[in-house]
Amino acid sequence: MLGWELPPHNSGGLGVACLNMARALSRQGADIDFVVPYTAEHPEINFMHVLSATHLDPIYRYGGGSYESLQILEKIIPTTDHQELLSIRDVQKSYCEFVEKYLSDYKPELVHAHDWLTYEAGILAKKNYGIPLVAHVHATEFDRAGMRSGNPLIHEIEYEGLMMADKIIAVSEATKRIIHEKYHIPLNKIDVVYNSLDENYEKSDYFFRDTTYGYLNKLKFEGWTIVSTVGRFTVQKGLYNFMRAAALAISKNPKLMFVLAGDGEERNELIAMAAELSIAKNVIFTGFIRGKKLRDIYSISDIFVMSSVSEPFGLTALEAAHHGDALILTKQSGVSEVIWSAMTYDFWDEEKLADEIVSISENPALRESLQENVKSEYHKITWNQVAKKCTKIYNNIINHKRY
Amino acid sequence: MRAICLYLHIHQPLRYREYSIFEVGNDTNYFNDNFNGRQSNERIFKKVAEKSYYPMLNLLLENMEKHPDFKVSFSITGTWLEQAEKWAPDLIDKIRYMVSRGQAEIVDETYYHSLAYYYNLDEFTDQVRMHSAKIQQLFGVKPQVFRNTEFAYNDSLAKWAEKEGYKGILAEGWDKILGWRSPNHVYRPAGCEKLKLLLKNYRLSDDIAFRFSNRGWGEWPLTVPKYQNWLEMDSLRGNLINLFMDFETFGEHQWKDTGIFDFMNTLISTWLNGYENKFVTVSEACELEEPVDEVSMPDTITWADTERDLSAWLSNAMQTSAMQDLYDLRERVLTTGDAELISDWRHLTTSDHPYAMCTKYWNDGDVHAYFSAYASPYEAFMYFMNVLRDIEYRTKK
Repeated sequence: MLGWELPPHNSGGLGVACLNMARALSRQGADIDFVVPYTAEHPEINFMHVLSATHLDPIYRYGGGSYESLQILEKIIPTTDHQELLSIRDVQKSYCEFVEKYLSDYKPELVHAHDWLTYEAGILAKKNYGIPLVAHVHATEFDRAGMRSGNPLIHEIEYEGLMMADKIIAVSEATKRIIHEKYHIPLNKIDVVYNSLDENYEKSDYFFRDTTYGYLNKLKFEGWTIVSTVGRFTVQKGLYNFMRAAALAISKNPKLMFVLAGDGEERNELIAMAAELSIAKNVIFTGFIRGKKLRDIYSISDIFVMSSVSEPFGLTALEAAHHGDALILTKQSGVSEVIWSAMTYDFWDEEKLADEIVSISENPALRESLQENVKSEYHKITWNQVAKKCTKIYNNIINHKRY
Repeated sequence: MRAICLYLHIHQPLRYREYSIFEVGNDTNYFNDNFNGRQSNERIFKKVAEKSYYPMLNLLLENMEKHPDFKVSFSITGTWLEQAEKWAPDLIDKIRYMVSRGQAEIVDETYYHSLAYYYNLDEFTDQVRMHSAKIQQLFGVKPQVFRNTEFAYNDSLAKWAEKEGYKGILAEGWDKILGWRSPNHVYRPAGCEKLKLLLKNYRLSDDIAFRFSNRGWGEWPLTVPKYQNWLEMDSLRGNLINLFMDFETFGEHQWKDTGIFDFMNTLISTWLNGYENKFVTVSEACELEEPVDEVSMPDTITWADTERDLSAWLSNAMQTSAMQDLYDLRERVLTTGDAELISDWRHLTTSDHPYAMCTKYWNDGDVHAYFSAYASPYEAFMYFMNVLRDIEYRTKK
């Protein structure tokens, strides 16, 4: 398996999905070597071999910042010829070199590559060694760029990877559609395998104390409704629409508090926007949070909104459901294909989102129905089912090759 | 003598559109969606008229002209009649013609196809009298037999119907109530002296209404000789076979290409060719025999789902709170004397609205989800509550 991150060295859902998938696959008898582009300990992983492609610290896996000197760079990647600073392309180059070397010694039955970051290495395995390739699409550049054009180089790599792959796994029907429509891949080459909630998430002994957020708790006591959203503050997440919808909703119900958990390049605009819309008092920015703090936000919230312009899957919605939130999802999110007990809207339909927020906040029957019913749904899909589907896809490819 | 009592229920709700909270206080158009909108009553009515109302009424009419002994009973809701008057008045003419020939009888019910009986007896009685008046106005007859919305029936409803002077009342012939007894007889509701009870033969009715086109059913395809044989065998348990179903079974639930129209056309003449076989209307069915026994249903029984209860309409918190809030507004709405407001409010009592909020099988995406005019039960609830909020606003003006 070719990946870019594994917990605890992950920044988002990609690492979580890879880890859970690999663990479930190994339970079903798969023997996995997992290549990551950095060197670090993975204390919880004992069911597969994690191979480090470089000596980089995990924080450099997306390239270095502008402050790293060339000396540091020499130290970390002695093999590259570097006239310039460390970029993600350098890391990818080293990653490919490592995979090439690995393949000269070992011949896996199949290569499973996660997202464009690893597609070049996957293509190399297929081209030079004839190893079947499964390209797993957790997100495309169109998703990351909020359905605008994005980075042409990344499109190029994605396109080549998708063309070369024997089979493509998409994390939702929405993603499958994008792969078909934007990259012109025939539909029968793409299988949909939904993600599930992190297995450790439900097992852990997390406990929420009412006193954690005294202020929010007091507001709730006074009849306020807490509405949260979680994610990178980037164009993909549709937060400008969210903010305008918040203002509309507050005009109907002033007892609404909006919590934006996360950080990103849109943060300052969002803060300014809240002020311009005169709702700054009803908006809280938490900054980037993870782990227990994030779970506390889910716990204190009544409503969780996934406002993404495009969201291949949307694991945070399942996490919020686990903590008892009523869900509002854009129809453009993959998770809305598997969760039925949620309200939905088109990401641009600010009025409808506001309507839904006001309705849930003012009708306990609606809020409780959503909160209760989603609980029987969010773990409908398990990682074992995910692994079973992957295994079936693997076997089809391997058997087909023999003929 | 063996008799079939064919009874068809004709109904369309007036669906409320996706009425936003931002329209509350500004717009009183709740029920007229754009023609191509998801809740467009006009589009849906015209579609069903093409697929079901016209072809089936024509089929029935042709058979009435061919066989003077062929008879049928209808229950027609006020909400359907209002829409037919607007978009297909000739449907009403056809039914009126059948009534004038003495081959069709109209059954009474609530004008708005509501479950008012369970919330407000005054409202319920008002709606039934409205319906009776509408039927007399359009068809010139006074209904003699009563059926409640969704066949929701219990002993106290029967007592109400007797007091109102009805000759008979319709209900589901559910095994759990009947035990070894057959639905093919006339019964007396517990606690009543004169009222007759007609019970739906749900097996033979559902063979047509639900299973007819189901290829997974062991008896598929259902042919007329086979069904005629079942009818004759079942007649051994009693001479009156009550086939009660939705009118839209023909053409809408079972599409034309399943052969449902040909089946029905052939069945009518085949049945009438049998020795001493006939069709009866619901009133005639009540006269067929003296009640053979008393039947008691202390708890409400409906004709829906395997549970035969009201849970598809009134079980989850959204349904019960929406209906409670709705009926709580009654006095305030009526005291305004504003006819338009009262009509809007009453249109919200239609049982299809809480049905759209049903979450019982929502995750499984089954029949409840398939027939809904809304994206989800949650949205159905949201827009309903927005409309109700505006109605409340209007009572304060």
